[in-house]
Amino acid sequence: MTVEHLLIGVALVLGILAGYLIARTRKDHSTERPQAVHQILLPFTGTEISRRAVDAALRLARAEDATLMPAYLATVPKQLPLDCAIPTEAARAMPMLEAIEQRATGQGVAVDARVERGRSYRHALARLLDNESFDRVVVPATAESRAGLSGEDLVWLLEKAPTEVVILRPGPEDDAFVSANATAPAP
Amino acid sequence: MCAAQPAADNQGVRSARRGQLKVFIGMAAGVGKTYRMLQEGRAEQDAGRDVVIGYMEPHRRPETSALADGLEVISRRRLTYRDTDLEEMDLPGLLARKPELALIDELAHTNAAGAEHKKRYEDVREVLAAGIDVFSTVNVQHLESLNDQVAELTGTRVRETIPDAVLGEADEVVLVDLTPEALIGRLRAGKVYPGENIEAALGNFFTVENLLALREVALRQVAEGVEAKRLVIEEPLGTREECVGSEAPKAVAERLLALVRPQPSSQRLVRRAWRSAQRLGAPLELLWVKPPTQAIDGEVERQVTALRHLASVLGVTFLVEESDDLVQGVARVARERGTTYIMVGESLPRRGFARLREPLPQRLMNATPPGVDVRIVSHRGHKEEP
Repeated sequence: MTVEHLLIGVALVLGILAGYLIARTRKDHSTERPQAVHQILLPFTGTEISRRAVDAALRLARAEDATLMPAYLATVPKQLPLDCAIPTEAARAMPMLEAIEQRATGQGVAVDARVERGRSYRHALARLLDNESFDRVVVPATAESRAGLSGEDLVWLLEKAPTEVVILRPGPEDDAFVSANATAPAP
Repeated sequence: MCAAQPAADNQGVRSARRGQLKVFIGMAAGVGKTYRMLQEGRAEQDAGRDVVIGYMEPHRRPETSALADGLEVISRRRLTYRDTDLEEMDLPGLLARKPELALIDELAHTNAAGAEHKKRYEDVREVLAAGIDVFSTVNVQHLESLNDQVAELTGTRVRETIPDAVLGEADEVVLVDLTPEALIGRLRAGKVYPGENIEAALGNFFTVENLLALREVALRQVAEGVEAKRLVIEEPLGTREECVGSEAPKAVAERLLALVRPQPSSQRLVRRAWRSAQRLGAPLELLWVKPPTQAIDGEVERQVTALRHLASVLGVTFLVEESDDLVQGVARVARERGTTYIMVGESLPRRGFARLREPLPQRLMNATPPGVDVRIVSHRGHKEEP
């Protein structure tokens, strides 16, 4: 065996080793992407959502390695086309989604947010259910009758949603909100 | 548009050229569009031009009516529709009179049945085609593209709209501006509507909030029109190859471009970019540079649909550029769109041979025209949550 043969052998071994390392690196990259197999929907309206509801949805998502889909439900007045831009509503939704996403990221939960338009909150929710698939829907019931989804909406959701629905009953901790500015107790 | 030559000099050649259109645009009724149009019409007449009023709506405003004194008025034409007599502009009469300049109020007006055209802007087009210059007026909420936005801002939708192209055809657009407080003052003084309508107007449409929003829309509309014309004028001459090497036209305002990929984390970038665009009052575009070999199916399709949906909610444009080279694809779009600001998300940690390459923001800075800023949007969640 000459020195030339030895060098060729070393080069081959190095080449194989480099190829293996590259393949491993690529595999690592691909496993980092969240696989949206399981999804938990967290619909909300307005400019704040109970922290208890967010935490409950995050706990479920973490336990099941699921992706949390916070979805802001926006209403579009009847005189406007349903698919029109809604910058005023979007200005409310964006900071809320940001706040939820920050909270989720801190707990290691993947997030895939949505804003859905409808003529009413229920209509927006129905459109969302039609267009996406979920394993679970987490929705906070509220003691405030005028805020967000009504009791009738929740009954409708229980009847129509093709998946498990978790309705959180109003509780004393609902005074704490995830709001556009921070995750802080309400004044 | 400047004061023209005396009538006799150009009578023979006038019909050979298209007339020039000057539009006075305002945020709402009462800012003084008609008044300003009449003022400029009189100035043109004083300069020796043949000026007539094709149609004017004085809205029972004495100051406006007084300004029209001394200007020839083409009598209105009566049209009968369902036993009702309606007055419209006499288009045939105006064309037969053939002045140098016609003042035609309310560009967005819908004509009564029986008129030559359905809309007044169509009348104006015919007048322009006859070689007659036109001054006209319009409110910003009558523009088709802004109609939805204004309706959302003010809760009031106007039925009479004009295509944006009509304003685009104007040789000059003049913004007649007034502060909301001054307009409300005029309204209270009875200079806009008669007394019985004042309180209703103040309670509905003419609120400070509505007027502030409308004023912003009007100012932006005119600024964007000026910018668009500037960009066209400054388009460098020569072949595409020559242009690529040359400096891109500089836009007056900021124009944001956010680089997205079909994955959930891009939504965060879009949200941040949109909020920045809102603060800057700048248009935002989303760009996905798609490798030609990448198929749009499964999870990719779902995420592309989600991005399109978000773009539609926000009223921004979603662009897809096919290119093997991300940086060159972005640079090409940035040049074509006059981008001033590129926003990118945080990259994944670089591994293997990728560490030897320059980081993406640096490559973007090198490839895009000078003056284009690149901003990396951080993943705040990692840093703030305990």
